[in-house]
Amino acid sequence: MSAGTGTKLGWGFVAPALLWTLAFFIVPFLVMGAMSFATLEGRSLVWGFYLDNYIELATRAYLWRAILVSLEITLTVTVVSVVLAYPLAAIIAFRVPPQWQRLALLLAILPFWTSYVVRSYAWLLVLAREGLINQTLINIGLIAEPITLANTRFATVTGFVHFFVMLLTLTIYANLVQLSPNYRRAATDLGANAFQTFRHVILPLTLPGIATGAFLTFVLCIGDYVTPQVLGGNNELTMPQVIMVQLGRRADFPLASALAIVMMAIVMLAYLASARWLRLDRV
Amino acid sequence: MTKRTVALLGGTAMWLVGAAANAQELNALVWCDHTDDALIKPFEEEFGVTVNVREYEGTGAALALLEQSRPGDWDVLVIDGIDVFRAVESGLLAPLPDDQLPTADFFPEIVMAENNTLDGVTYAVTEKFGYNTISYNSEKVDPADMQDLSTVWSDKYAERISIYDYYLPVMGLAAIAEGVATADIDAKSLDTIGPVLSQMRSSAASVAGVVAAQTALATGEVDIVVGGGEWLTAVLAEEQPELTWTIPDQGAVRWTQSIGVLADSEQPDLALEFVKYIVSPEGQARLATSACFWGMPANSAAGEILNDDQKSVLRWDDQTDYLARTQLYPAPDADLDVEMQDLWLDTLSQ
Repeated sequence: MSAGTGTKLGWGFVAPALLWTLAFFIVPFLVMGAMSFATLEGRSLVWGFYLDNYIELATRAYLWRAILVSLEITLTVTVVSVVLAYPLAAIIAFRVPPQWQRLALLLAILPFWTSYVVRSYAWLLVLAREGLINQTLINIGLIAEPITLANTRFATVTGFVHFFVMLLTLTIYANLVQLSPNYRRAATDLGANAFQTFRHVILPLTLPGIATGAFLTFVLCIGDYVTPQVLGGNNELTMPQVIMVQLGRRADFPLASALAIVMMAIVMLAYLASARWLRLDRV
Repeated sequence: MTKRTVALLGGTAMWLVGAAANAQELNALVWCDHTDDALIKPFEEEFGVTVNVREYEGTGAALALLEQSRPGDWDVLVIDGIDVFRAVESGLLAPLPDDQLPTADFFPEIVMAENNTLDGVTYAVTEKFGYNTISYNSEKVDPADMQDLSTVWSDKYAERISIYDYYLPVMGLAAIAEGVATADIDAKSLDTIGPVLSQMRSSAASVAGVVAAQTALATGEVDIVVGGGEWLTAVLAEEQPELTWTIPDQGAVRWTQSIGVLADSEQPDLALEFVKYIVSPEGQARLATSACFWGMPANSAAGEILNDDQKSVLRWDDQTDYLARTQLYPAPDADLDVEMQDLWLDTLSQ
């Protein structure tokens, strides 16, 4: 096979992915970028190069608060999910017999099988004043009156963590099972105890799995509308909620696009921050 | 070609033509109450067609969807009564024949010619209405307190109320509480409405959409929904009769929805038949008691079809009083709409 034929064949294999990316990412992104510089005159869309939407972004206090709230929730969810998912993935990878690991993973991802919206409302019922948690705490005498759990940031974070722990368990597990047992044996031979082995050998080698899962969690969490809407009770506005308000009645696509561009910039920064450890081929 | 082959081809062709005729479809962009089979099936069976319904939330979303669709994709539009003019201004709605609409049987306040008609041409017809007012649990709060809006969102009920998540009716209620008519809301009156919204917000446990507000009231998470009404509690009436609603002494906000035929429809006659079915007494009774949400039918003749229990839940006998004491949604122009939405978002993020 000549070099020219090989090159053509290579492009042939790559072309579908490139076309897909072009059609479903690049073009929509360019349209959204252009839309963010358009404006509304009355209720009519006017294309052009207007900075109105970005000026609005810079001057509206509630928009800044929405960005801040989104970041706080997303970072909390990411950290809590990693902390909970890592031990779960390690137990499945190192403590569960290999023939049972597939079943354990299946059980771990069961929540993925239910509707996202239904799952959020289910949590709302669990966290309600007359829900399972409050009634249990009252029955065992820990509290006398129901405490407010639903319609809070705690509820939003709980709903997110329930979902993302499963995702992170998968990415971290995939990384853990690729590690040769010889690493641990070598560390033990060199006198390292279990904690030192984890701290200096296992953890650094599983950073790609953690970073990939954490990045996916960050991206999915910051762009999610349903969970804060249902579980947060609109007590704190996040970016997707503000975007939805712009679209619902007024169809203010230019401002919504500008907000979406800001969200993409935040995701890009998160990517750059974690790029050093992101190894998608390892998970 | 043998006779048998010719007969086979001819039969196949006739079957295909027949199938095409039977496959006539009507596409309607609607609110969720039109997705009930009990409402749609009788029309489909009578006309031998399929009605494809697609739900939307928010007039802006519907207009954007229509603008992005090909001409002829949609035949019927259900739209907020105060937004009919937006669809007419955009050239989206076709004229309707007045003489084929039973508006003479409508509750007079609900005909709303000023909303559905432009320059003497009717573009839409009101099909359903109800109230954004106060829903509450009569076993948990004092019903007498619910007659005064300022008491509803006072500290007495702090953390026990949920606010319906739509700025127009809630700001309308805030205006009414301060003696400002919904039709008179302007940029200046937002200075009066703002503090009321803040008070509401500080007393509220949540700001919730339809399902979340229903869930919150039904599960006891809150005892009052500001902006609720029959549309919120009627579907729960059988199992939880303690969940009820009232029109406070100051009044409340009235919502309406209208239906029209899209100007680009390729089957305007069938679309018109659908509109006529929806505003007929039978269609109105089914729409009023739709599974998604209940509401009063625009056509009073539906009262002959609804049973006593249904009319009781809808408060049929109180409508004269309610219509006199309620005001239509605020209908802001584009600039005021921006200001109202900004105030709403500012309040939510407090």
